[in-house]
Amino acid sequence: MLTLERATPQQSVQTGCCTHCGEEIPNEDFQLDGQLFCCQGCMMVFQILQENGLSNFYDIDPKAAFSLKGQSKETFEYLDDPDVRKKFIDFSDGKMARVHFSLPQIHCASCVWLLEQLGRLDERVYRSQVNFLRKEVHITFDEKRLPLSKLATLLSRIGYKPLIRLADTTTTKVATDRSLAIKIGVTGFLFGNIMLFSFPEYLGLEVGADTLLKKYFSYFNLILGLPLLLFSGWSYLQSAYLGLKQRQLNIDLPISIGILALFGRSAFEILSQSGAGYFDSLAGLLFFLLLGKWFQQRTYHQLSFDRDYKSYFPLAATLIRPNGTEQVALDRLDTGDRVLVRSGELIPADGILGKGAARIDYSFVTGESDPVEVAEGAEVFAGGRQTGAAIEVVLTKKTDQSYLIQLWNEKVFTHKGDSLRMGRLADQAGRSFTILILLIAFSTLAFWLWTNPALAMDAFTAVLIIACPCAVALAIPFTFGNVLRLLARKGIVLKNTDSLEALQSVTHIVFDKTGTLTEKQKGEVVFTTELTEESRSWIRSLVHHSAHPKSRKIEIQMGAGKRLEVVDFRELTGKGIEGIIDGHKIQIGSSTFTNQPKEQEGTHVCIDGQLLGSFQTRSIIREGLGELLSSLRTDHKISLLSGDDEREADRFRALFGTEAQLLFRRNPTEKLRFIERLQAKGEVVLMVGDGLNDAGALKQADVGLVVTDDSNDFTPAADVIAKGHELTALARVIRYARASRKLVYAAFGIALLYNLVGLSYAVQALLSPVVAAILMPLSSLTIVLFGVGASSLLAYRMIKISSEINKSHK
Amino acid sequence: MKIILFLAVISLLVAGGFLMAFLWAVRNGQYEDDYTPSIRILFEDNFKHTQKND
Repeated sequence: MLTLERATPQQSVQTGCCTHCGEEIPNEDFQLDGQLFCCQGCMMVFQILQENGLSNFYDIDPKAAFSLKGQSKETFEYLDDPDVRKKFIDFSDGKMARVHFSLPQIHCASCVWLLEQLGRLDERVYRSQVNFLRKEVHITFDEKRLPLSKLATLLSRIGYKPLIRLADTTTTKVATDRSLAIKIGVTGFLFGNIMLFSFPEYLGLEVGADTLLKKYFSYFNLILGLPLLLFSGWSYLQSAYLGLKQRQLNIDLPISIGILALFGRSAFEILSQSGAGYFDSLAGLLFFLLLGKWFQQRTYHQLSFDRDYKSYFPLAATLIRPNGTEQVALDRLDTGDRVLVRSGELIPADGILGKGAARIDYSFVTGESDPVEVAEGAEVFAGGRQTGAAIEVVLTKKTDQSYLIQLWNEKVFTHKGDSLRMGRLADQAGRSFTILILLIAFSTLAFWLWTNPALAMDAFTAVLIIACPCAVALAIPFTFGNVLRLLARKGIVLKNTDSLEALQSVTHIVFDKTGTLTEKQKGEVVFTTELTEESRSWIRSLVHHSAHPKSRKIEIQMGAGKRLEVVDFRELTGKGIEGIIDGHKIQIGSSTFTNQPKEQEGTHVCIDGQLLGSFQTRSIIREGLGELLSSLRTDHKISLLSGDDEREADRFRALFGTEAQLLFRRNPTEKLRFIERLQAKGEVVLMVGDGLNDAGALKQADVGLVVTDDSNDFTPAADVIAKGHELTALARVIRYARASRKLVYAAFGIALLYNLVGLSYAVQALLSPVVAAILMPLSSLTIVLFGVGASSLLAYRMIKISSEINKSHK
Repeated sequence: MKIILFLAVISLLVAGGFLMAFLWAVRNGQYEDDYTPSIRILFEDNFKHTQKND
């Protein structure tokens, strides 16, 4: 929503908030024109906007700007490397080039406005256009005068740092598939005009010169009917032919029989001038079928289902040279290179820690929840995220040969094709329909050949026409397509209807722990032993004086209560705090600070030199998980498969129940094997995970579900992407998916009723084109309305989705 | 009756023209982004007041 209320940025002095981003200002270091800012970045953006007359930015949406604190400066030099550059440029003619960048920061109308005014900030930018849903900007610029790196720097200077990943350079650019839209357009055109030329037939005009009109109009229909067969319906014929070649009866086969029967009989009638043909029915049938395909295929382009590790790694790393640092593309790094890894950055390839204090978070790649401290000279692995200060790493391997990347050499990743083991519902239906139709058609043919051979061909083709299971072919795309749309609105996005069908038959659900059942980057502290009221108030009083994040957590944990006076308070950065309360010396901090053995993890509390106990960080389990698991347990087997240690086993045993399998310390390949073993036992497995360490298991499972708290974050390849807080709805979602299958069966029933009516005409050789022209669209329409209507109603009943919510969320 | 046939041909041509326009629009990428234009149309182009004199 656009709010055009004027929220002038002049209020920062009174409110104590940053003029640009509106966040609280810690100190008054950054001032410009009497405005206060929270950081250098925010001040610069404000200045750039002022100088270029772009302060409208703040008017369009008062919450437009975001803080630039902590954004690292990147120079993007590697983008000017001719090889890298070539992969990024969409189009170039030597003078002018077109490029697109992914900017996850785009979130409001002001963003669109500012980015589309880029030409005012730099005259070398000719045109920039934002695609809001994809969070992309397409820029046309003067490539002679503006290097690509400078363009990327310009974007990051105004707060939109382009997200550049290794995958961007390796995947070939896929042109969006527009053939379906074109097919629907052409078929719609043919449908309308064929109906127009069928009017004489509909009105029953039979006299005088009108017969001439009928004749010519039927020829028009024949001409328009040709592209119907050769363009609109071609893919069905092709697919049926391919199916036959592989000795499979798919749903396209009975459809193709119908299409061919319709076309053949119509062409014969027109050429022999014995009738008007059924081209209107054929056009209507194809039009609805194609619409169904489109309805089913509507994709959610904000999300990507097929990412591999390359989408996780950045494109470049900071290489240390004797004379300074340089940004180098990842595939140009070699063993022996020395790279700089700053706080928050990923380790680009396996190596040895050269310098600095490494504290590496492997939770995403291995599932271990706690960061690992690494000493100089020890090994570090690609994919870990440095959480402390900057470190230097000497590479021992290239990125694609690194230890944790080995997983991608497993055959699940190289094997392409159908993951659906059960076979699609549509194809099962297609099989039985083909047999049924041919049976009825040939018995009709035999009957008439015996009684009245003149009508035999008529009756035979009429049966093939009317029995065409178009309604069946429509029930699935419209019902399941609508289910996908409703679930997506709820925050659970399925890749396609195949994933939905697999979800319907799931028997075993396997969960990952870190990041999936527990919330990422959030932890609570627990004390190892019971605390007395006295020591509780001592700790509370002491941590109150410290601004360290851990102290804040501990204070919250200690709860409200009285605070005592602290004498001689001291805080040693990175070590701990101490002070004297009631004559006792209280120390809270690391093992070196409190003189404890080094192996002891956690934050220790010492009173007069005596260890009282220590605080351990414990992950927070997602809300509502208990109910979810007990609800899932009634219909499915459940298991836990974690890369972490057994520390929290008891806690999860209570949640999972006594029968569930809980496995810890499993590496990515072991996870994959576990799923394989379950499948070998005949289980249909749903894997719920989040990180790179689950990638193999997610791919191997019949349904892979990825949990993410931010859709801009990297998610490994999967069939379903669910928002973290919606995970608790999983039990209801599975039940709803199963119910939707019953709806499809009900729709089949309706289609069958229509077909029986039509068949009763057809076997008697009484089917007139008008009856067909009414009956076939009517049955299609009923199926579409039933499928969409019933699945929406059910969604509202079962998972409380109404069509209104989250529309603005788009 | 000939006039009807003539009109039928004309109407087919007109419809064909619209079909071509549709095909052009699809190939041109007009249907790629159906959301951003709804934001863009609300912007007022009022730089003349705020822009520095250049």
